[in-house]
Amino acid sequence: MGPACRAGSPYRIDFPSRSPVRQTGPNYFPSLQAVTHFCGIDIGASAAKLVLIEPDGRIAAKAVRRSGVDYAQTAEDCLLEALEAAGLERADVAGAFSTGYGRDNVGWVDGKMTEIACHGRGAYFHLRRAMTIIDIGAQDSKVIHLDREGHRTGFKMNRKCAAGTGSFLEEIALRLDLPVGELNGLAEASTKEISLGSFCTVFAATEILEKIRAGHKVEDIVKGAFRSVVKRIAEMDLIQADLVMTGGVIAHNPYLATLVEESFGRPVYVPPEPQFAGALGAALFAKDNRSSC
Amino acid sequence: MAEAPRRDFEATNQMKAVMGKYFTELTQGPEQGKKTAWCTSVGPAELLYALGYNVYFPENHGAMLGASRMATDLIPLANARGFSPDICSYLTSDVGSYLKGESPIQKMKLPGPPKADVLVFNTNQCRDVKDWFQFYAREWNVPCIGVHTPRSIGEIDQTLVDYIAGQIEALVEPLEKVAGAKLDPDRLREVVALSKECTELWKQVLLAGANKPAPITFFDGTIQMGPAVVLRGTQDAVDYYKILVAELNQRVADSVAAVEGERLRIYWEGMPVWGKLSSLAKQFMELKTSVVASTYCNSWIFDALDPSDPFRSMARAYSSIFICRSDDFKEQYIRRMVEQYQIDGILYHDAKTCPNNSNCRYEMPQRLQQQLGIPYLVVNGDLNDLRLYSEEQTRTNIEAFAEQLLGT
Repeated sequence: MGPACRAGSPYRIDFPSRSPVRQTGPNYFPSLQAVTHFCGIDIGASAAKLVLIEPDGRIAAKAVRRSGVDYAQTAEDCLLEALEAAGLERADVAGAFSTGYGRDNVGWVDGKMTEIACHGRGAYFHLRRAMTIIDIGAQDSKVIHLDREGHRTGFKMNRKCAAGTGSFLEEIALRLDLPVGELNGLAEASTKEISLGSFCTVFAATEILEKIRAGHKVEDIVKGAFRSVVKRIAEMDLIQADLVMTGGVIAHNPYLATLVEESFGRPVYVPPEPQFAGALGAALFAKDNRSSC
Repeated sequence: MAEAPRRDFEATNQMKAVMGKYFTELTQGPEQGKKTAWCTSVGPAELLYALGYNVYFPENHGAMLGASRMATDLIPLANARGFSPDICSYLTSDVGSYLKGESPIQKMKLPGPPKADVLVFNTNQCRDVKDWFQFYAREWNVPCIGVHTPRSIGEIDQTLVDYIAGQIEALVEPLEKVAGAKLDPDRLREVVALSKECTELWKQVLLAGANKPAPITFFDGTIQMGPAVVLRGTQDAVDYYKILVAELNQRVADSVAAVEGERLRIYWEGMPVWGKLSSLAKQFMELKTSVVASTYCNSWIFDALDPSDPFRSMARAYSSIFICRSDDFKEQYIRRMVEQYQIDGILYHDAKTCPNNSNCRYEMPQRLQQQLGIPYLVVNGDLNDLRLYSEEQTRTNIEAFAEQLLGT
């Protein structure tokens, strides 16, 4: 997995009060054994993401795997991987919450929250102000509005349609016979604007066939697909405050943030480890839950 | 999460008996020489009952096709015949049911829907009801007559009432011809009086939801409304709702909540998702959230009915329904409901094939949120076509909405 925001990237990163993810390993936590940790797991349509956090919210360890077909087993595998990475035992985990499509399939958690709540919570942890979060996931996209206290004032999910989601980009990669991981670099290398106008993923794919036939360069077509994702997001809702982007798609395709900035005419903030924002939010809810017990 | 028990009404068994009797008489009517009139659900049913027809409501059948989840398999048959998947899925599921010869009525060990001798529509809901009835009129070579009500009506003025009343009166002669009987004005007044009594009782049923905790939900309402739709104008409907109102009064006296531990109150705007009523009711129950009121169930309250002036009062009543009114009226209506039922949030169902009863497409949720200061949620789905419904998206949307209303 590549870093969410690379050095020298044009995105404004303004999280001075929070450290980025710590490097974790078997020997890192010996002095922290007494510290209770909290776990958040976000089982999405494509990937399951798990974080173990320290009481101050810093990520102690993380794990990501394909969600697969057995969510319970995937959750277990993620937990074991993260525990091993952090040098922790299960007993060191004081509480856990789940989120995402598979949130009901994890037996060992104390509670669950929707990914809308968790991405909001995870983003607000890093940026304590009123914000509009754009979370692009594999199967759905969300626009989440938080007030300055972090309370949700509204949200929208995409319609029952793949346009504007990671699935759309996967479909485009398939059509262009490209690994999904190459899309970001290609889009960045584009020198010419190509517009894909269709709402529908299938129609957009057909448009791409027309572009190939017309001899357009692959990188320009890929950028056109990125722009299409941004257009679908822009149609979902009004942006009311600072823009923050989370989710796996922005983590793997950070160039999208540039295009969102261009589209909305305002800076985009990408928190550290944007793919884990939902899992972080879940872990923070787990901590709240323990505090209120 | 532990599943909360659903509180059924004791009266429901009585309702099943009343509805069973209705369907039995309806389906046996043709062999007993009774004429059958098909009527749109907010059509001039009183006139038809007064003329001695058995009255069949295809929209009720559409809802049954949806609730039984037969619709999604039947709709493609109508699509292939030439009815677009984008038009009313009551229409397409009903036509599909006809083409395949399968109906939920058959599950009651009764023949399917009775063939119409005459079809009577009112476009107060949409144009689709007329297109729907005209299909059957062509199939059976029977008359299709009706009332053309304007849409987006503001004030119900005398000009409008005269216009609609004139159209209803013009139905009498052709209906008498098919019925082979003359309209008895006293009988019409009697039927309108029964319809008025039914509507007043149904209103009391729904108003019970204004209590905290609410003893009845929208989901109960969609089941309990059957007699108000198909039997208004009959003694059976009046008798049934008297029983239900008594039970509700007792629930209110005993502070019985339809949703145990009610902590949120929601207004449902738009059509039900008939094939998902049960799972949605269960989800709301688990969230301790009560859907206490809806535009839909309130659409069969006809305050204007007046037995002393049957035609004009029917005209006024059937032109006053929410669906054919202007957005200004609709906003005022919802504002009043939100206040009366102490609503925490509004859920708009954007039913893909029912644009006329999806009130979230012209910025109304945003306007009302600004006016009322309460949040809203739009759920994409459909009344009958479950190909247009995402279980997971809806579940997450509703869960996230409850989280938001609780301050997360």
